[in-house]
Amino acid sequence: MKLAKLLTSAAVAAGLFAGPAAAEDMRIALVVKALGIGFFEAAAKGAEEAASELGDVEIIYTGPTDTTAEGQIEVINALIAQQVDAIAVSANDTDALVPTLKKAMQRGITVISWDSGVAEDGRQAHLNPSSNALIGNMIVKLAADELPEGGDVAVLSATTTSTNQNIWIEEMTKVLPNYPGINVVGTVYGDDLADKSYREAQGLMQSYPDLDAIIAPTSVGIVAAAQAVVDAGKVGQVNVTGLGLPSEMAGAIESGASKSFAIWNPIDLGYSATMMAYHLAKGDVEAAPGAEIEIGRMGSVTLDETGSAAMADPFVYDETNIDEFKSIF
Amino acid sequence: MSLAETTSAPETRSRGPVPDRLRAPWEAKLKSWESLLLVVAIGIFILNSFASPYFLNAWNLSDATFNFTEKAMIAFAMALLIIAGEIDLSVASIIALASTAMGLVMEAGFGTPAIVATGLVTGLLCGAFNGVLVTRLGLPSIVVTIGTMSLFRGISYIVLGDGAFRGYPSDFSFFGQGYAFWVISVELVIFAVLAVIYGVVLHKTNFGRAVYAIGNNATGALFSGIRVARVKMILFLLTGLMSGVAAVCLTSRLGSTRPSIASGMELEVVTMVVLGGVNILGGSGSIPGVVIAAFVMGLVTFGLGLLNVPGIVMSIFIGLLLIGVIALPRLWAKVRGRG
Repeated sequence: MKLAKLLTSAAVAAGLFAGPAAAEDMRIALVVKALGIGFFEAAAKGAEEAASELGDVEIIYTGPTDTTAEGQIEVINALIAQQVDAIAVSANDTDALVPTLKKAMQRGITVISWDSGVAEDGRQAHLNPSSNALIGNMIVKLAADELPEGGDVAVLSATTTSTNQNIWIEEMTKVLPNYPGINVVGTVYGDDLADKSYREAQGLMQSYPDLDAIIAPTSVGIVAAAQAVVDAGKVGQVNVTGLGLPSEMAGAIESGASKSFAIWNPIDLGYSATMMAYHLAKGDVEAAPGAEIEIGRMGSVTLDETGSAAMADPFVYDETNIDEFKSIF
Repeated sequence: MSLAETTSAPETRSRGPVPDRLRAPWEAKLKSWESLLLVVAIGIFILNSFASPYFLNAWNLSDATFNFTEKAMIAFAMALLIIAGEIDLSVASIIALASTAMGLVMEAGFGTPAIVATGLVTGLLCGAFNGVLVTRLGLPSIVVTIGTMSLFRGISYIVLGDGAFRGYPSDFSFFGQGYAFWVISVELVIFAVLAVIYGVVLHKTNFGRAVYAIGNNATGALFSGIRVARVKMILFLLTGLMSGVAAVCLTSRLGSTRPSIASGMELEVVTMVVLGGVNILGGSGSIPGVVIAAFVMGLVTFGLGLLNVPGIVMSIFIGLLLIGVIALPRLWAKVRGRG
C-alpha cells in the first residue's frame, strides 16, 4: 500500500516534470543570409505569423552580420548547442553549410532550406518560392488579365543565354493556348542592361504600333520598359508587366505604365518555411519524394525527387499593395 | 659576433641582451595585462554558464572552439609580424587563393597529401611575395598587403567566378571535421601545438629576441648585427604558411571552396592579436596573451550566439571589449602616475 502510494507520487512527480517539458514550445530557428535585409525581415514577420497560428512555436530569427558562410556556420553551431527543434536556413553557400547542417541532423534537428537552397545531403527538404511553370504562367496571365479582348504582347528578356528567363519564356509558350486572343509578336533581349533594355523596348513600340503589353521577366528589363513607355507617352496603351522588385517598380505602378507585376512574397515565404519545418519536426510527415506537406493558409506543397517544393504562384503587386511592400525589398 | 654568443654571455658585453620588453617597469604591467585578460576570459566563462543552460556541455564547447581555431593559427604568426613592426592584411585572401589552388589540384585528381601540400605551398608563395615587396623594395607592409589582399582574392574570383569547388576526398575532411580524441578536434590540437611552437620561438630563442629588437628599433637592431630584412622575410613566410594551414582547415571544414571564403577574416585576426596585448606599433606582446584573446573572442561569440544575440550586437561587444581591454591598463597607469 505504502509502496503503491510512493509509486503514485513518484509518477505524479515525474508527470509534473514531464508536463512542462512536453508543453514546451517547439523552437524553430529561421536563419537568414544576413540580418538587416528588408526581404528577410519580412520573412521573419511571416514566420512569427505562422508561430502565432500554430500556438506552441517559438521563432528564433537569426543570421550573421555579413553574408558569409563562415558567419552562418557560427550561428548554426550555436543553434545546435541550444538543441533547437528545427533550422530553416536561407544559405549563403550551397555547399559550405553541408557539414554543419549534417551534424545538426545527426543530433536530431530538422533541417530545411528555403529561398536559397542547400545541397541535397545537407537538408531534409527545400522550399522554393515558386516554380518555373508557375512563373511562366503568371507572367502571361498578368498581361492577359488586362486584355479581355486579346491583343499583341512582346517579351523583353535578359540575354539570349539567361537560363532562368529562357525556361520561363518556354513555360509561358506552353500555356499560351490557355489564353486565347493573346498573340506574342516577338522576343527581344536587353541583356539585363538598363540602357539596352530601354532601347529594345522603344524598338518594340516602333515595330509594333498596336502593341498592348510588354512582358519583362527580369527586374532590370521591367523597369527600363516602364520608363520607355512613359517617355513615349504610351501610358494606358502599352502595359508593362513581368517580374520586378516592388521598391524599383513603385514609380511605374504610380505612373500607370505598369498595372501589375509579380515576384515572390517574402512574408509568405517565411510563413511557409516555418510551417514546413514545424510539420517535419513534429513528425506529421516524412521528408521523402512525393510527400505532401501542409503549409497553413498557403495550402500544401509536394516534395519532388530532389526533396524540393514550390510554394505558390508568384505574388502579384499592384496599386493596392505596392506602398506596403516598396519599403521592404 | 653571433647572436648566440651575445645571449650566452650577456654580462661581458656592454650592450647586454636585447630586452624582451621596452623597459623593466613595463614587464609587470604587461604581465598584469595578460592576467587581466585571463580574468576577463574566466568572467565570460562564468557569465556564459549562468546565462545559458547549454553552455557547459563538452560537445558544445568543442563546437565553439571552431569559432577561433583557424583565426588563432594565423594570429600567432601575425603577432610576431606586428611585434616586428609590420602587418599582413592579405591573410584572408591568401586563404582564398590557397583554397582555390587546393580545389584545382583536387579537380586534377590528386589525393589528400597533394591537396594539403598545395595549400601550404601556396600560402608560403603568397607570404614570399609580400615579403619580397616589403623587404627588397622597402615598401610599407600595410600598403603592400592591402594591394595583395585584392590581388590574391581577385585571382580566386577569376578562377572560380560564381562557381565552387566541391567533392573533396572524404579523408580530407579529417583536418576540419575530425576529432583527435573524444571532443578534442584536430583543429584544436593543431592550434595547441602551434601555440607552444610560437610561444617557444618568440620567448625562448634568439630569433624571438630579434623580433622584439626590430619592433623597438629596427635601425638599432640592424647596427646590432641583426639581419632585419631576413627576419622580416621569415615572418612574412610564416604568416603565409599559417594562412595556408588555416586554408587547409577551413576548406576541410566547409568541404568546398568559393572565392568569398574567409572574407573579412584579416580584421578578426588583427583584433585577436591586439586584444592579446600586442602593441599595434610593434615592440611588445606575447603569445600567451594571444592564446587567451582567442579564447575570449571564441567564448564571447559563442556565448552571445547561445542567447541568439544578433551578430551586429556581437561585433559591438567585441569592439567594446577591445577598447576596454586596451584602455583600462592605460587609464590605470595614468591614474597611478598622478597619484
